[in-house]
Amino acid sequence: MKWLRWLVPSVALLVVLALGWVLFGGSRSRPTPPVASKVVAATLRDPALIAKGEYLAAVGDCAGCHTEQGGARYAGGRALATPFGNIPVPNITPDRVTGLGDWSFEDFWQALHSGKGRHGELLYPAFSYTSYTKVNHDDALAIFAYLQSLAPVHQPAVAPALAFPYSVRNSLKAWRALYFREGEFKPDPAQSAEWNRGAYLVQGLGHCNECHAARDMLGGTPQDVHLTGGQIPMQNWYAPDLSARKNGGLEGWSAQDIVDLLKTGQSAKGVAFGPMAAVVSGSTQHISDTDLRAIASYLQSLPPRAPMAEPGTPFDARTLSTQGEKVYAKHCADCHGKRGEGVAGVYPPLDGNSSVTEPTGINATRMVLLGGFAPVTAANQRPYSMPPFAQQLSDGEVAAVVTYIRRAWSNKALIVRAEAVSDYRHTPVD
Amino acid sequence: MTTNARTCPVRSFSVATLLAIVLLPGAPARAADTGDTPPIPDTLQQRIAACTSCHGVHGEGRPGSGYFPRLAGKPAGYLARQLQDFQNGLRKYAPMEYTVRQLPPAYMREIAEYFAVQQVPYARSPLPPVSAATLARGEELIAKGDPARKIPACSSCHGSQLTGVEPSTPGLVGLPYDYISAQLGSWRTHTRATVAPDCMAEVASRLGESDITAVAAALASRELPADTHAQPAGSVTPPLSCGVLGATGDPS
Ligand code: HEC
Ligand code: HEC
Ligand code: HEC
Ligand code: HEC
Repeated sequence: MKWLRWLVPSVALLVVLALGWVLFGGSRSRPTPPVASKVVAATLRDPALIAKGEYLAAVGDCAGCHTEQGGARYAGGRALATPFGNIPVPNITPDRVTGLGDWSFEDFWQALHSGKGRHGELLYPAFSYTSYTKVNHDDALAIFAYLQSLAPVHQPAVAPALAFPYSVRNSLKAWRALYFREGEFKPDPAQSAEWNRGAYLVQGLGHCNECHAARDMLGGTPQDVHLTGGQIPMQNWYAPDLSARKNGGLEGWSAQDIVDLLKTGQSAKGVAFGPMAAVVSGSTQHISDTDLRAIASYLQSLPPRAPMAEPGTPFDARTLSTQGEKVYAKHCADCHGKRGEGVAGVYPPLDGNSSVTEPTGINATRMVLLGGFAPVTAANQRPYSMPPFAQQLSDGEVAAVVTYIRRAWSNKALIVRAEAVSDYRHTPVD
Repeated sequence: MTTNARTCPVRSFSVATLLAIVLLPGAPARAADTGDTPPIPDTLQQRIAACTSCHGVHGEGRPGSGYFPRLAGKPAGYLARQLQDFQNGLRKYAPMEYTVRQLPPAYMREIAEYFAVQQVPYARSPLPPVSAATLARGEELIAKGDPARKIPACSSCHGSQLTGVEPSTPGLVGLPYDYISAQLGSWRTHTRATVAPDCMAEVASRLGESDITAVAAALASRELPADTHAQPAGSVTPPLSCGVLGATGDPS
């Protein structure tokens, strides 16, 4: 009776949502027309402010969501798939009819900082305002000036496809009460300026926590969960713990490794792939070295978390590993090395690689099925690639080789079974 | 089946190396020597192991399967355009879209040129049993079209020998039956498209189901001409206007 397990939480969810509705009711507000704005038009045309905004918009990866495959940058036109339905991503170019052409800075601040649309309607947290709320006023102004400087593109949003009750924006009242704390970043005077800059970027514009923390059943991240790693819903990739935790964290990574990964897509400890490849290409490679070092210094200061329990050894682990070792020698060792050491700057090491040993085994499994190119960055414009093995290897062979690389050399992670491989085979790419 | 390119790094050494030398003067030889693992060749062929695992090291395709298309010898502008169309989601096939989704235009162009200069003999693919009448209908469509239904002759664009026309019109000889019929079907179901005006979508929409079978069977059963190179640019005057022929493989 699998469905029974879902019944209780679903009913609980409905009760919470209904309560939210009754308690808080609807509240709308009027937009601030640009003429009534405290920000004068000339400020928004300042080239220095626009250039700063361009940089910050790249740090925030606004284009990553607000651009359709093959479409005009920032013009929206796509929908984000979430477990609650498809949420259209709006056009944020200054088109007057379909974009932000008639928006004032006050309207924009209300969206970025408070997660409310121009008319006060509650925005879906698929828009990462849970992080962007930490962005300070000056940076928000720069981003707004940059967006307003773009060529307007006329592109209406696609139709939303959300099931009731999520289709009613007011149902977000309860969600926000649980998961959203509005407020700018507050520097910690006990820490260095570099640390504070890193914390500001990671927690705010970088919105790292939106992926690098597990979401619960209501699609929220509890307040005390920060960069602890988690499976990204719908996309089915595991975003690692960003502390120095063993098995699935950045154990053994130096600050330089973190900078390298974010700047070039590659590092001595592993590469970026899946959604992180797009983040590196579209966002982090454009971050200045100073800011990258600040980010690394903040990440390296994250509280050391208790190492995950060493996995036990299921009775069939040895058989799987032995079978996997043969697959590895035949199909993988040429590139990744006999001892999983990789080739510097060309092929990532698999020994001591956090995305090989992360708790779920999803990343290594899907990587073997999909293959693909390392991220394209200014530092690596002609990346090497890995063949997809989906057609060459059976579920059992993939499970065996992934189990092998997760337990060989210094790696000690759980085995992966053929059934799981079969599920990931059917996960749509993107 | 080909696995990764590493297993035969020397076989097509010449072309790949030439390209690497021509296109990348002074490319750093990054391949570190890691003791027991032989160094990684700094060649395009090595870099595109993902592509060659499906399309063959020389772009020969997988003749038996009828689905993994041959790339060898197709006009470079045409190949580059296809990569761009997959990237933009105009042409759909999830593993292709995933593999090329991030590649910059210059790299896609370089890869297209690699496959365009490969020379591999064509392989015969299986044909479904079709009647002589069907084959005759196919030949008619190829050489004359069907004026009553405004179907232009395939040869009017794809060249008198159907070997394609530089730089952007692919040849139709040596393609498997399954591949041709799948492509003609995909224009009708909008899973393959390109920049407007999309003349092939227009042609495909005018063909009936039985025409597709006929023309695919006739093309797949044709003997190969002695010279399979694409005709020179400008040697045909297309009867419909094609966006891809106006703007060649460059990113738009
Ligand atoms: C993870 C994806 C994602 C990222 C990253 C993202 N957005 Fe959005 N954004 C959305 C979605 C989805 C919505 C629509 C929310 C809704 O309809 O409730 C949205 C809405 C907005 C709105 C409100 C527009 C309107 O018409 O109501 C603004 C303004 C906006 N985003 C600006 C930005 C800026 C600036 C950035 C970068 C700092 C950014 N977004 C980054 C997904 C994203
Ligand atoms: C032709 C060379 C090649 C072969 C063969 C190859 N890989 Fe890879 N592998 C790569 C490259 C290049 C990447 C980086 C890809 C990326 O960033 O998307 C990679 C990435 C990976 C990753 C992710 C590493 C990380 O840092 O997160 C894993 C896991 C992996 N490969 C496992 C395997 C296994 C298992 C096999 C054999 C079944 C294999 N690879 C065969 C080249 C290869
Ligand atoms: C998983 C296997 C796979 C991988 C990996 C792959 N392809 Fe493909 N490719 C295909 C298939 C299948 C098609 C036919 C799709 C269709 O039906 O339209 C195709 C189509 C193409 C076409 C269009 C051919 C034509 O004649 O119209 C080109 C060009 C191409 N691929 C190049 C590449 C390049 C370059 C790479 C590496 C960057 C690559 N492919 C990686 C399987 C693959
Ligand atoms: C008006 C010019 C024109 C005519 C007439 C025409 N084609 Fe095409 N065809 C093209 C162009 C241009 C392309 C390349 C399309 C692209 O880049 O997307 C193409 C591509 C194709 C392809 C894809 C080849 C591959 O490798 O994927 C097939 C198959 C095809 N045509 C079949 C036909 C058949 C069959 C006919 C006759 C019934 C025909 N064409 C008539 C211009 C034409």
